Parts: sequence; structure tokens; C-alpha cells
Amino acid sequence: MSVVDLRVDHHADDHHDDHGPAKGLLRWVFTTNHKDIGTLYLWLSFIMFLFAGSLAMLIRAELFKPGEHIVNPEIFNQLTTLHGLIMVFGAVMPAFVGLANWLLPMMIGASDMALPRLNNWSFWILPFAFGILVSTLFMEGSAPNFGWTFYAPLSTEYGPPSTDFFIFAVHLMGISSIMGAINVIATILNMRAPGMTLMKMPIFCWTWLITAFLLIAVMPVLAGAVTMMLTDRHFHTSFFNAAGGGDPVMFQHVFWFFGHPEVYIMILPAFGIISQILPTFTRKPLFGYASMVYATSSIAFLSFIVWAHHMFTTGLPLAGQLFFMYATMLIAVPTGVKVFNWVATMLKGSMTFETPMLFTLAFIFLFTMGGFSGLMLSIVPADFQYQDTYFVVAHFHYVLVPGAVFSIIAAAYYWLPKWTGHMYSEVLGKTHFWLSFVSINLTFFPMHFLGLAGMPRRVPDYALQFADFNMIVSIGSFIFGASQLLFLFIVIKTIRGGPKATSEVWDNPHGLEWTLPSPAPYHSFTVPPVVK
Amino acid sequence: MNNALPKNKRLKKHLAIMLIVVIGMFGFCYALVPLYSVFCKVTGLNGKTDGQVSSVRMKIDRSRTVTVELLSTLNQALPGEFEAQHKKFTLHPGEYVTTSYRVKNLTAQPMTVQAIPSVTPGLAARHIKKIECFCFKQQPLDAQEEKDMPLVFTVDPALPTHIHTLTLAYTLFDVTKN
Repeated sequence: MSVVDLRVDHHADDHHDDHGPAKGLLRWVFTTNHKDIGTLYLWLSFIMFLFAGSLAMLIRAELFKPGEHIVNPEIFNQLTTLHGLIMVFGAVMPAFVGLANWLLPMMIGASDMALPRLNNWSFWILPFAFGILVSTLFMEGSAPNFGWTFYAPLSTEYGPPSTDFFIFAVHLMGISSIMGAINVIATILNMRAPGMTLMKMPIFCWTWLITAFLLIAVMPVLAGAVTMMLTDRHFHTSFFNAAGGGDPVMFQHVFWFFGHPEVYIMILPAFGIISQILPTFTRKPLFGYASMVYATSSIAFLSFIVWAHHMFTTGLPLAGQLFFMYATMLIAVPTGVKVFNWVATMLKGSMTFETPMLFTLAFIFLFTMGGFSGLMLSIVPADFQYQDTYFVVAHFHYVLVPGAVFSIIAAAYYWLPKWTGHMYSEVLGKTHFWLSFVSINLTFFPMHFLGLAGMPRRVPDYALQFADFNMIVSIGSFIFGASQLLFLFIVIKTIRGGPKATSEVWDNPHGLEWTLPSPAPYHSFTVPPVVK
Repeated sequence: MNNALPKNKRLKKHLAIMLIVVIGMFGFCYALVPLYSVFCKVTGLNGKTDGQVSSVRMKIDRSRTVTVELLSTLNQALPGEFEAQHKKFTLHPGEYVTTSYRVKNLTAQPMTVQAIPSVTPGLAARHIKKIECFCFKQQPLDAQEEKDMPLVFTVDPALPTHIHTLTLAYTLFDVTKN
């Protein structure tokens, strides 16, 4: 990575003919400013995270003890479905888009995103999409109850009437994601400051560029899949209906052709964030910058040819099972390169452990564990036992919560002083970290054992032998849920005040965003900086 | 950036390419449907049998026998009865078997049903040759009507020799138009 050597006095520069944000609430509706839109995305994501998290709290409350207590099985299915859908599309993805909006222009020395009005539109679709999705909970009949994977025929023939609202909501989210991704690619390819070559870009920009390519490749496939569902439900087509010559298994192929790249969409930007934060607190440049770029690209490519590892028990022929098993195992190689690079970055570094660094270290450790259980699941004969058990639940929550979510929290702590101009409270931040770290393991680690012992996923009740571990899991989840309210408090407190942050914030961090004052001015880099 | 095109033109070019990719991938999703059918036909992936074949005398392979088991399933708790007259045949590949399935409508309304076949192992599916099958078309049933539906099939002698048992399963769907 290049060393950016630029210390322009932006206070003197930007405030002559600069105008601040418009007044009033309508500012947020009409804004085309990348920082405003980034903020909107991040708040939407936080609200959705807390909402879908509260659904998870209900799920864990029901599973606290065997037997039916709080919700009946029908409601339980709706809770798991909406928890999954909202966490994936409402919490994790918008958080990354929000970070991209805030950070990409500042990192590449651009004045804004390439398509600011499209940017406004892609955000403002989302509240409507999630309004529609959440409203299904209050509809007569039932909310979507077929799991976030909405397999046919559960979602076609057996789907409740509210499924049509779900389909429309997915269409809107898809349009929003595609527009966001187009904007990211257009910005990175066209708006870089003079001298900022692709291989000099901060690694977060690289991971987002690759993620954006994944998004424009697979979100249209998801849109196609839900459109087929819609016509199967109402217009007498038979894409997934065996009676009319279709095939329900084909739904799974189409879904996972989207779904597997989707899981990398949720983790590649996280890799980028971790690779930004780690060098600052180890006081060393990132080890193996170029190999990070190539590893990310290989992961993105491989994500298109492994989808059927979600379908080993659907009766794939032996050759297919072997192909998808080996292709899946191959992903461990570029992922291993990344973990190796992070460890090598830390080696002999002079490390300090501020809150963003703590979340980063937890990410590296816990994400790798989630990766290993994924490797176990890729082994076909073992997968036949693990399929649809809590082992799978443990695996994907390890890569998504201490993985994606921890990286987002780390990013929030790392850049919050730059966004708000105030330092957060380190004591509260560390309290938040330790509460989250302990409780997340308490929540998800015992799930491995539950799964290996045979507890199926998506059940509202279970055999007595699973009772103790489930109680531990539920207690862990309640602590984790409550800890995130502490995070909310910390964020609000930091926005409202706190010790003034310097423009560098940290000890000699690298990147153009640290050359701007804190808080970053409403318009930055109206004159592109020169990168040497 | 040392590019020949002015910035605005370059941006427009990028946007056009990305729009084409998005539309192309939406189309690709639909293209997956015929691709999947062709792929399944070639590999026998989903156990679907071929349509009607004309009665040709195949060379009967008397050196081995194959067991064919006939199953029946009612989809979605369909209110009816549906079963094979004989549930198991042992035949030499190339020999024709003539049998039937009995179906009964247990409701007081007319009903139209459609049977969908599936063969296990899937790779053997294309070696089942059917001259006559009730599954080739939809079957109308009057209220309470019971009938025998014919099935004439053989197993192609080209069936790989490591396969000794085939399962031919029919699932009955209610396709009555409202």
C-alpha cells in the first residue's frame, strides 16, 4: 500500500465557498451527500439489527426450556424467517453499503459518489421494502414462515398470502442493492484522485469493488427466482411445480446460485475492514497487500461454483458431490492466505488494544473457527449427519455474528471519531467488547454440541436431553442482545459529545480519510488530492 | 487517470456495461430452467423418465434379471386412493411388462389428476421405456369413480450391469381447474 503523504489544511481550504447541510428534516430526504446517505444507511441497519435481534430474543426465550411457552410453532416459524431475512438484507448488507458511502470517497480522494442522486434513491427504497416486509407480521393469516431460504413448494403452494408482499419486498431490496453496487463500481473506476492507482487503493475499496461485482451478478438471479415464485403462485406457470412439469429441486439450485455468492457479499467487506484496522494498531503495514487482493478475487470467483454444497442431501450424483466438495474445500486456500496475512501483520508489531482492535482480533479468531466448521460441513459424508442440525446454525452464526457483525462494530468504533469529531468512551467500548465476546461464545459455541448430538434446526421444541445446553445458549443470547443496547448508548453519547478527536484520531494511521479534519467536513476533496 | 476518454463518457460506458450485466443475469436466471432440464436429461439427475416410445422389439437379455419396484404416493393428502396392482416385477431387460395402477376419487366432485414419475437410481431413468402410461396425460375422474390405469414398460438392455433394482415411483397430483 502506498504511503499517502498529504497534509492539506482543509479548514482553510474548504470553508470559503462551502455550504453545510440544508436545514430541517427534509435534508435527509433530499440529500445526495455521500456522508448523509452513509449515516442513513448505518442508522437503518442499526434499527433493523435491533429489531431482528429482538425476534431472535423471542426465539431463544421459546427455546429456553423444552415445551411450548411463549409462541406457538406457527409464530416460531415466522420469527425464524423474518429474523434471517432482516438480518441478512436489513442489517448486514445496508451496514456495509453505509460504510462504503461514508468511506470510499474519502479513501480514494473523491468529492462524492459517482452517482449521488441514484444513491439517494437506492437508500430511500429500503425503508419501504422493510416496511412492507415487517408489515406481514400483522397480516391476517401469517407472515412468511418458510425460512429465509424460502424453498419451493413451501413458499409457492403452501406459502401464506403475505408471501406476495415478501416477494415485492425482495424485489425492492434487490433493486436497491444493485443500484448501490453500480454506484460503488462507478465511483471506484472513475473518481479516484490522481496517482491513486488500483493497486494503491486501501484494501477496503478493493474488497468493496469485488463485492459490488458479486452483487450485480447475483441480485438479478434472486429477482428472477422470486419472479418465478410469483408467476407460479398466480399465473399458472410451473417452474417449481412437479405436477406441471417443473422441479422443486431446481428452486434450490437457483436460490443457492444466488445464495452462496451472497454469503461472500456479507463477508468480503468485513475482510476489508479488518485489513484496514489491523495495521493501525500493530503499527505495521498490512502484510501481503497484493496477495490480499488476489485472495479476495479468488474467493469471489470460487463462490460461483460451490452452491450445491448446500444441497448434498437432495440426491446429487456422486460426481456432483465430489466436485462440489473439492471446490468448497478449495475456498479454504485463499481464506487461509488472508488469515495468514493478518497473523503476519501482527507478528512483531507493537500492538495496542483499543476497542476497534479488540473486535478485530475477536473477528480473526472467531471467524476462523466458523471457517473451520464450514470445512467440516463441506465433507459430503459428514454433511449428511450435520445437515439441518444446530451444527449448521452454529457455523453460519460464527461467520456472521463474530464475523460480519463484529467487523461492522469494529468499523464503527474505528471511524466514529472521524464521523462525529468526538472520541467514544474507551471504558464503555471495552465493556461492550468483553460482554459481547463472552456472550457470543456462550450463545453459539454450545450449538455445535447440540447439532452433533442431533438437535434439528427450525424447531420450537426439543427432546429433554438438549435442555441444559439450550438454557446456556439462551442466557448467552440475552446477554449479547442487552450488550448491543450499550453499543447504541455509546454511539449516541459519542455523537452528542465527548473529548475532541484530532484529525488523525489514532497513532499515525494510513489513508486519505485521516488527512481530513474530524468531524469530516460536509464536502471533502472538492479539489482532488495528489497521491504519490 | 490517464485515459483517452473524457471522464463523463467513461462513466457512461461503465454504466452501460453494468446495466447489460444486470439484465443479462436476470435473463440467465430464466435460462437456468432449460439448462437444468438439458443437464438433467444428460445426467439423469432428477430421475425423470422419457415420454412415450413406440413398441419396438428389443433383444431380450436373458443373462440377467432386473427387479422393478412400483411405488405410489398421494401428493398433499389428496382425497383418493392410488396404488399399483403388483408392486414388484422381476424381468429380463427387454421383456415387456403390462400392469396397471388403481385410482379412486373419494370426493363427491369430479377431479382431474396427473401422475408424475420418478426413478431411483436417477441414472437409470432413461433406461425405462414406456409404451403406454397413464402418466402421459391428465386423468379425469368423476365423483367416487374408480378405475384401472394401464402401464406397459420395459427396461432397456443397455442398462448398466451394476444396477439390479429400480424403483419407479408415481406421485399423484390434483390438477383440477377451479
